Amino acid sequence: MPNDQRPLVQMRDYALTGPNARRAVALGLASAEWYHSEVPRKVMKDLMARSDGPAIRDTAIWLGLLVLSAAGGIAFWGNWACVPFFFVYGVLYGSTCDSRWHECSHGTAFKTGWMNDWVYQIASFMVMRNPVSWRWSHARHHTDTIIVGRDAEIGFMHPKSLVRFALHFVGVVDAWQSLQVIARNAMGNMNADERDYIPESEIHKAITAAQIHMAIYLVTVAFAVGMHSFLPLMLIGLPRLYGCWHMYLTGLIQHGGLAEDVIDHRLNSRTCYMNPISRWIYWNMNYHVEHHMFPMVPYHALPRLHALIKDDLPEPCPSIYAAIAEMVPAVIRQRREKGYFLRKDLPPSARPYREELHREVPERSTIGS
Amino acid sequence: MAWIDVCSVDDIDLEDVMRFDHSGQTYAIYRAPDGGFFATDGLCSHEKVHLAGGLVMDHTIECPKHNGRFNYRTGEALRAPVCINLRCHSVRVTAGKVQLSIGQ
Repeated sequence: MPNDQRPLVQMRDYALTGPNARRAVALGLASAEWYHSEVPRKVMKDLMARSDGPAIRDTAIWLGLLVLSAAGGIAFWGNWACVPFFFVYGVLYGSTCDSRWHECSHGTAFKTGWMNDWVYQIASFMVMRNPVSWRWSHARHHTDTIIVGRDAEIGFMHPKSLVRFALHFVGVVDAWQSLQVIARNAMGNMNADERDYIPESEIHKAITAAQIHMAIYLVTVAFAVGMHSFLPLMLIGLPRLYGCWHMYLTGLIQHGGLAEDVIDHRLNSRTCYMNPISRWIYWNMNYHVEHHMFPMVPYHALPRLHALIKDDLPEPCPSIYAAIAEMVPAVIRQRREKGYFLRKDLPPSARPYREELHREVPERSTIGS
Repeated sequence: MAWIDVCSVDDIDLEDVMRFDHSGQTYAIYRAPDGGFFATDGLCSHEKVHLAGGLVMDHTIECPKHNGRFNYRTGEALRAPVCINLRCHSVRVTAGKVQLSIGQ
């Protein structure tokens, strides 16, 4: 809506300890039983089955390319020829880490537990996330996806600042905030939201993990100072800024412009077809409705799951561009229109949205308003 | 304590799990890879998700939502985010029927 003069909606309270947290519990939105498409038990067992092969292959490629691109960047440091190497290294470090962190947090990347755990720790460091805190926050994200006052990982808090939205793509705001959180955790300070989703028995692990992360950053800075060079920071830390654009390009379309406070992932998540390189970087999280409905299905089985249930889901966006093109106007509209969200039509073969599950949400009297 | 019929032996595959509801309670009935039957409370102790939708791997049940794991023979919580053990229930096989002990 060009030149929209309406005032911005009042900022919602997204705190996990505020009135919206109590409201979500009172309305039955917390720890609710969510809609899911029907998949026969035998088929689901087959889809959930674990294997090491695909993730070993992808991790070997990932680490191999990281080493090669870093070597190229180092070899040509001080020359423009280093730019393409750092472009590749940055995406492998600053974007690919997110999907590896994510899949390993679910324990679905590898069949072998220690492989999941090691890749999880490495990727958590790269993406600047406390590996303990985020394991718990992500569990909450799956329990209460985009439920205001419950979900600690809501990317679009209304009204969304368009400047901050743009700055995501260079990581400035997000990486700085992440670093602040890790520094705060390293000093033993866990805030109220973190204490809401992390059990007391895990707090000391979160603090230790943050201290290890901070120690690595301090050593890297010391090397940079000692060498009088940015090169150590180009290899550790800064790729989270200059290489994160792909993470946000794909990550923001997961839920952007869609509904809050619903218990049907078809209303708050987006599936999007994309090119094979992006799918490799993103480890098939473009099948995001499917992932949320069945989070224990490994990334390599998501295309099969999609083929099985797509007739029960909204039509996927045909490309990243199409997803951005439908999301951005919806996000802009959400800035000034309380309760608005992009309601995606279901095909005739799908079971309809259960409107009665969401009528009690105060922001709207009926979904799709 | 009473024994109630749950299902026939063949109703649960080897290394699989089935949901069973009775008198307002929900249970998970497991068949181990060696053919033995076991039972626990039906909901994950983390976020009350039905474990019957999860994956049985050897003697472990994985919650279908959050990757929490339990040893279903002992109820022991094995992997975060689960921290609280499951309650186990006695199971027996009589005349081809799997029976669950209730009222313990």
